[in-house]
Amino acid sequence: MKNAAPLELHVPEPPARPGEVPDFGWLKIPPAGSVARPDIATPPNEMRGHAYTLIRVLDEQGAASGPWDPKLDAETLRRGLRTMMLTRAYDERMFRAQRQGKTSFYMRCTGEEAIGVAQAMALDDRDMVFPTYRLQGLLIARGWPLIEMMNQVFSNTRDRLKGRQMPVLYASKEARFFSIAGNLATHLPEAVGWAMASAIKHDDRIAASWIGEGSTAEGDFHHALTFASVYRVPVVLNIVNNQYAISTFQRIAGGEESTFAARALGYGLPALRVDGNDFLAVYAATRWAADRARTNVGPTVIELVTYRASAHSTSDDPSKYRSAEEPGRWPLGDPIARLSGHLARLGEWSEERQARLASELDSEVLAIQREAESYGTLASGPHHRPATMFEDVFKEMPWHLRRQREEMGS
Amino acid sequence: MPRMNMVQALNSAMDVMMARDENVVVFGEDVGYFGGVFRCTEGLQKKYGRDRAFDTPIAESGILAAAIGMGVYGLRPVVEIQFADYIYPATDQLVSTAARLRYRSAGAFTAPITVRSPCGGGIFGGQTHSQSPEAIFTHVCGLKTVIPSNPYDAKGLLISAIEDDDPVIFLEPKRIYNGPFDGHHDRPVIPWSEHPASEVPAGHYTVSLGQAACVRPGAEVTVLTYGTMVHVALAGAEEAGVDAEILDLRTLIPLDIETIVASVGKTGRCLIVHEATRTSGFGAELAALVQEHCFYALEAPIVRITGWDTPYPHALEWDYFPGPRRVAEGLKRVMAD
Ligand SMILES: Cc1ncc(C[n+]2csc(CCOP(=O)(O)OP(=O)(O)O)c2C)c(N)n1
Repeated sequence: MKNAAPLELHVPEPPARPGEVPDFGWLKIPPAGSVARPDIATPPNEMRGHAYTLIRVLDEQGAASGPWDPKLDAETLRRGLRTMMLTRAYDERMFRAQRQGKTSFYMRCTGEEAIGVAQAMALDDRDMVFPTYRLQGLLIARGWPLIEMMNQVFSNTRDRLKGRQMPVLYASKEARFFSIAGNLATHLPEAVGWAMASAIKHDDRIAASWIGEGSTAEGDFHHALTFASVYRVPVVLNIVNNQYAISTFQRIAGGEESTFAARALGYGLPALRVDGNDFLAVYAATRWAADRARTNVGPTVIELVTYRASAHSTSDDPSKYRSAEEPGRWPLGDPIARLSGHLARLGEWSEERQARLASELDSEVLAIQREAESYGTLASGPHHRPATMFEDVFKEMPWHLRRQREEMGS
Repeated sequence: MPRMNMVQALNSAMDVMMARDENVVVFGEDVGYFGGVFRCTEGLQKKYGRDRAFDTPIAESGILAAAIGMGVYGLRPVVEIQFADYIYPATDQLVSTAARLRYRSAGAFTAPITVRSPCGGGIFGGQTHSQSPEAIFTHVCGLKTVIPSNPYDAKGLLISAIEDDDPVIFLEPKRIYNGPFDGHHDRPVIPWSEHPASEVPAGHYTVSLGQAACVRPGAEVTVLTYGTMVHVALAGAEEAGVDAEILDLRTLIPLDIETIVASVGKTGRCLIVHEATRTSGFGAELAALVQEHCFYALEAPIVRITGWDTPYPHALEWDYFPGPRRVAEGLKRVMAD
């Protein structure tokens, strides 16, 4: 066949750039409660539709409906709300501390709080998690003390990571929270490996991991899905689709022609595509996938559709690449407002309680921040002693490191 | 003549080459519309269109593989790896194909690609935004490796790299993008505009690959260095009060061995300074070469001042960075014997 016209390269573009009218018309939003809930033993092939729809429980009025409603009691819902609000209060304080020059860098998860928090609550605390840098809600929900997190952000004398890692790259063995990698996607297949070990040892713990939609382009994403599928690994693989990877819209990661959840289908894995700002839907989908993993049925891929409401990090300025109005037009709303609206509708919450809790949490965070700063900040110190940088390169320090430590003279 | 900082000079090199040669394409993560996280490709998409300057998925191996494929077609891709610390997923493409394609096909296929990537520390980037991995690439047969130290060289070398028919790893010390940093992190930042090398011609010119520059003539000792450390070495020599001859190597492969040998032959002493870790660093290669070529001229053991053999620690950045004090101590050590 002869070409009718010369070949052309297609380079995807977002629907709107700065100065243009934001448009989310491309996001198809089914009514809350309308998506079926298959049995966890359903063969992946018989539930392919779940990779292209959007599982939703909460509607615009805050009512919960449908088969995915996890029917959590009010106390549990309030705990979820509180943890999301604590996460946001923490983010705002740490963001401000960075702006005041107290540390080098910070990353907020604004608008994505339901993911870390609801998923932590749906998993068992003994399960191992391999998160990204935007899952502080997960660590907070696991009860890891904010003071520990702040000490890390300030790289101070109490920082358990000894000032070695950039802010937010937490690690906590006690919280079963894997050391966060700066190198994207590397941890996803590692989570699969951990879960393979759990299966080899006939353990009862599963693993869960998270990856940004942008990072699914890395080869490591493919390795994770291949191994998970081949060995039917007890793992939950979450794709957080917050629409952006720094400046690039998700179409650059391959979101234009398909969904990220649908990546699972080619590997014979089941996929759930979920409204990531709907606390109840996120909880229910995670529970479904965790049950599936725990009962030896196999791994699940979950795409959580959300929106990165703030900048990528303190080094980023989104006004350069997206319309300033865009965050306000995001059709799936804000996870905190939605859950609080739901509780209010149940008669279990009110605007006054919401406001009171927000200010209580801010004071709580501020008090902890004062304590953390008393142990030092990146800007003004004190820090761990310089000589400590030579520790942990190896278990036993070889001669050349001992010599370099002497050469440094501290 | 226009004044440019390093970011502007690099941008100008790509601009000049895209205008001269339709086969030059530029791509990488956040490189298209946004113009790169360090702004090096700003405006190129607007000027040359989306199919010549574009964003890629986050897949360094994919970026390199696509560049190789385009190079085989006949294009001259200039790709950006957002941080040198993120080049590792692409190492198989670099080592197994880019570097060996000419050899394994006896010249039938080649990949004339340029891989730009910010390297080095000094911005509190911790272990994944601070590395200097040049020795990994110099160890691979078939890759040229370039590290500029100022705007004039950056533009001239980048144009040479793009015009070169072999793959070139072009490492850009990010700490000197905006000014000539001499290692005194506690002093006010000096912009490039006060430095003579910020006078950069607007049009096309080249700085040849494989030529070192003598940035300070001297009689007592030769300092071999490159990138940010050129400025640190100048400060260190000043502070040590030593009449050092400082060579900015600019290109590690191919290396300007004549200039090195002539200088060490004259001074009889040699200090090697790089920010990268010491063991198996490029300084080890330099020390071996100096010893092979200048053994009988040497009056003292060669000394290396380098980053420590640990990952780059976030909060302890300035204890890690080989600053002017350490360079001065190194100079005194070489002069002692
Ligand atoms: C291997 C690698 N390549 C590039 C980067 C630089 N980088 C850091 S975050 C980021 C964007 C990630 O986007 P996404 O996966 O969608 O997650 P999000 O930040 O939106 O949560 C990039 C390109 C990196 N950290 N690691």
